[in-house]
Formats: sequence, structure tokens, C-alpha cells
Amino acid sequence: MARNSIIGLFAKSPIKPLEKHIQLVVKCSNQLIPFFSACYEQNWSEAGKVRRKISKLEHDADALKRQLRLELPGGLFMPVDRADLLELLSQQDKIANRAKDIAGRILGRKLQIPTSLQEQFSSYLARCIQATEKAAEAINELDGLLETGFRGREVGLVEKMINQLDEIENDTDSMQITLRKDLLALEADLNPIDVMFLYQIIDWVGDLADLAERVGARLEILLARK
Amino acid sequence: MEILLNSGYTLVIMAGVVGLFMAWGIGANDVANAMGTSVGSKALTIKQAIIIAMIFEFAGAYLAGGEVTSTIRKGIIDASFFVESPELLVFGMISALFAAATWLLIASALGWPVSTTHSIVGAIVGFAAIGVSPDAVEWSKVTGIVGSWVITPVISGVIAFIIFNSAQKLIFDTEKPLEQAKRWVPLYMFLAGFVLALVTIKKGLKHIDLHIGTADGFMYAAITAMIVAIIGKIFINRLKFDETAAIKTHYANVEKVFAVLMIVTACCMAFAHGSNDVANAIGPLAAVVSIVDNGGQIAAKSTIAWWILPLGGFGIVAGLAIFGHKVMATIGQGITHLTPSRGFAAELAAACTVVIASGAGLPISTTQTLVGAVLGVGMARGIAAINLGVVRNIVVSWVITLPIGAGLSILFFWLMQAIFT
Repeated sequence: MARNSIIGLFAKSPIKPLEKHIQLVVKCSNQLIPFFSACYEQNWSEAGKVRRKISKLEHDADALKRQLRLELPGGLFMPVDRADLLELLSQQDKIANRAKDIAGRILGRKLQIPTSLQEQFSSYLARCIQATEKAAEAINELDGLLETGFRGREVGLVEKMINQLDEIENDTDSMQITLRKDLLALEADLNPIDVMFLYQIIDWVGDLADLAERVGARLEILLARK
Repeated sequence: MEILLNSGYTLVIMAGVVGLFMAWGIGANDVANAMGTSVGSKALTIKQAIIIAMIFEFAGAYLAGGEVTSTIRKGIIDASFFVESPELLVFGMISALFAAATWLLIASALGWPVSTTHSIVGAIVGFAAIGVSPDAVEWSKVTGIVGSWVITPVISGVIAFIIFNSAQKLIFDTEKPLEQAKRWVPLYMFLAGFVLALVTIKKGLKHIDLHIGTADGFMYAAITAMIVAIIGKIFINRLKFDETAAIKTHYANVEKVFAVLMIVTACCMAFAHGSNDVANAIGPLAAVVSIVDNGGQIAAKSTIAWWILPLGGFGIVAGLAIFGHKVMATIGQGITHLTPSRGFAAELAAACTVVIASGAGLPISTTQTLVGAVLGVGMARGIAAINLGVVRNIVVSWVITLPIGAGLSILFFWLMQAIFT
């Protein structure tokens, strides 16, 4: 009955699940803060616990991603392009994957951030996570965008958020440069292999902000079409 | 000829029973589609929807159903062809009713979307063209009707697009959407009331012997619409809003205002549906009654017997009362992110289109007009996701319904001929 009646016409909205997905992703990357504080204290059992939490959140986000993909068959008529929406979703998902990679790599090698860099690293991490939060904020506006038919003031509001996101990402870039420079100065006193991986971790944390910026870019593309 | 004199009343009773059954089926099935968007967007509870549907379906059927009933009764078939053998027309009309009712029953049992309009028109054309002679059909009229089935969803889609866009411009894309909504929503109520009242006054009141001139008609319609808008305004003013709400819940407040508007458009939709679809059940009945009453003469100018429109209205209300709950409950569960601001645009556009078609005597499909309107809102980027598969099913069902309605009615026609002659 419902399938063919007028109500069958209205398919499930992809917007709520998409918002829920980015919230999970942000929650997942946010766990990196307690994770690194545990690492600074060399409390590896606590770090392991947090890593499991990260892994669980990443897994939940994955499941939600798959479910959303299944619920978006072709033959849906949406105010946004289906391919754009799926691309946005997979960008969001990459953030959680990266957070899990970081926790896994650190814990696997019991990698220590040099004490003199810890404070600097923490603010770098926090800034990168801020970028993901900003991306989530913009995605959460999709509701309002639908309400206004993806036009007008609401679009302006989202564009402002995306600009702020870009600024944060720029910020993290310059923070990364200083961090690398400072690490270079310490290099001689550290285990060479650890140093290699430290560079990698710095890269990966930066990826969080990069990916968040790309989420913003996909959102912009989503809005610009049609 | 003797048949009509001897078993005239048997035939009238037969037609009456099947007609009533058809009306009942329309009430049980079709009304759910007409009211579905209101229930779906949570603007109305199931109970409220059914009460509104009962009142306004009946009003629509009784006050504005006359023109379409006339078309079904005598617009599709060339009456001069049956002057020599009026019993053929009586048999044919009863067969058409039987055919449409049977198809309605089968299709609802299988859960297929059916258009009662398409089945009855297909059935009437079928018995006349194959059972009697292709010349017995007024093909130019039929082409017009079929053409209207294509055009009305498009028109209602365009109207819905415009209405939704206007709501965006006037209300959502502004500094203070809530205040704008309070200001403009009564205007939409006025518009809805005006179109309905105007069509009813100009086209519907003839058969209850009320004749109103053009200028007076516009004035009365405007007065009615004003009353609707003022009542709506009072209700909007009584709404309670969470004034401290952030921007997100701000839109939720705006939707509350639209929910009031949606009650008005739901009434319009029920009225429009009643005015157009009642004819599917009672048009053929009216034809049978007028022939039998005139002792076999096919009177070109006879009016519809007084009891027929209320009978149709009663049938629809009965169907609603008995089965409506169940059908609506199915709809209420399947929901969706349809908000009142979208639902209203679709309903208002569809109701206006259907009522105007009713006034013009065109039997059209309410469901398809509403589908057109929903797509119109979708084009304006207003709906999160529309299932095009369901749109396809609904379109396919009407293509299939025509030959099946025609085939069934030919069968019944031959059967009746065999029994009564």
C-alpha cells in the first residue's frame, strides 16, 4: 500500500544520517585528545582503552556510511546530486579512518612525542580537530538548507562557515611547518626510526584538517550545482 | 424499449448499488492519497484528517461535483446514437460501473495504485466503442479528457513550483522568517479559499438552483476567502512559540505556522477530491436514472436527479469512516521528512488544479495531479528525496487501467445483453 501510494513518493531523507555520520566522525577524532594525554603520561593501558573507543566509533561511522549508501538507490530525485552526496559521505568517513590510523600507529610503536614538543603538538592537534568540528557545523546546516530550498541567506551562512574552515586549515599548515622545524632541531638526539614516524604522525594529524577542508569543498560543490 | 419499462427500477437499483460501492471504494482508497500529505507532514492527526475529509469530501461532491458528473453521464458518449435503443446505453453504463468497481477491488487487493477516473472513462469508452460502435463515442471529447490527464499534473507542478518559490522568497529567505510567515500565511489561506469558493459559486451551485452573477460571484468568493484568512490568522496568533530558539528551531516555529495553513489546504484537497471523483461513481448512475425516468428518452437537457450527488457523497464518507482509518494509519507510519511548508505548496497547487478541472467538467486523477505538484516542489529543491520508482508505478498504472477498464466493461456489457434480451 504505502509503496505505491502518494506517501511512497517520499523517500527517506539522506540529510539526517549524513549529519549523524559527521557527528560520529567528530566524536571519533576528538578522542585523540585524551589518547595523546595518556601517551604523554606513558599510560599505555589507558591509551589502549581510548584507542578501542576510537576504533569502535570509526566502525560505527563505517556502518552508518554503508547503510546510507544502501538507502540511496538510483532513481531518487533529490535537491542535490546523488554522486556529490556520496562523495561528501566518503570524505567525511576518511577523517575517522585517519584518526584511527594515528591512534593505531602511536600505540603500535609506543611512540613518544618529545617532551619539549608536547605542548606545541597538543595545540596543533586541537586546531586540526577544530577544523573537523567546523566541517560538522557546516554539514549540520544541511537541514536549514533544505528548509530554504538551497538558496539565499542560508547558503551565505554555510559559505561563511566554509571560509572559516579554510582559515583554520591554513592555520594548521603554518603550525605544521613550525612543528617540523622544531623537530628537525631535535632530530640528532632521537631514535632515527622514531623520527621518521613522528614526521608521519605530524602529517596524519594535519590530514584531519585537510580532509575536513575537503568536506567543506564537497559541500560547496553540492550547493553550487543545479 | 420494453426492458426499460419493465425492469427499469431493477436497473436503477443495480446501478445505485454499484455506484454506491464505487463511491465507497473511492472513499476507502483514494481519499488516503488526497489526505496523505497532511497526515504525512504531521500537520493533522489521522482522526482530524478523517473528520476534515468527511465534511469536505461531502461538500465538494454535493456542491461542486455536478459538472464532472455531467461529463461522465453524457459528455463521452454521443447520445443521438442511442435514441433508437436507449437500453444499450443503460446496460453500458451499468457495465462500466461494474467494470470500474471490479478493477478497483482487484487493484486495491493487490496494492496497486488505481485511478478510478481512468477506469471509469476507459470503461465507458470501451463498451461504447467495441460493444456498440466506434461512432458512438465522442472522440473529440475523449481526446480532450485524456489530454487533460497529461496536462493537469504539469499545470499543478508548475503552480506548486511557483507557490513554493514564493514562500521561499517571502518567508524563508528573510531576516525574520517567523514574522514573515505570520504575515504572509493568511494570504495563502485567502488564495485557497478564493479559488475554491469561486469555482463552487460559478459552477457548482447551479444544480441547487442558486444563480449568482459574475461580479457577485467574485465578491462572495472574496468574502468567503477573507473569512477563511481571518480565522486562520486568529489560530496563528494563538500559537505558542519558543521565542528564545536558535536558528535551527526557528524554522521549526515557522513550520508551526505552516501547519495551520496545511489544515486549510487539507480541507481544500478533500473538497477538490470530492468534487472531481464523486462523478466516477455516480456519473453512470445519473445517466441510467435519467433514461429510465424519462421512459427511455435520452433527454439532452435534463438535470441530475436531486438524490444522486448526496448519495455519492454519502458513499465516499462511508468508505472513509469504515476503512479510512486503516489506510491512513499505513500512511502515517511511512514517514518521511515532509514538512508542512512543502506539503502545503503541493496540496494547494493540486487542490486548485483539481477544483478548476471540476468546474470545467474534466474528470481528472486527483492522485496524479498531487504527484505532479509534489514533483513541482521537488524541482524547486524543496524535498529531500522523491522516489521516482513510485512515480513510474503510478503512471504505468493509469496506462494499464484504460485497456483493462475497457475490456472488463465490454465483457459485462455482453453479459447484460445476454441476460436482459
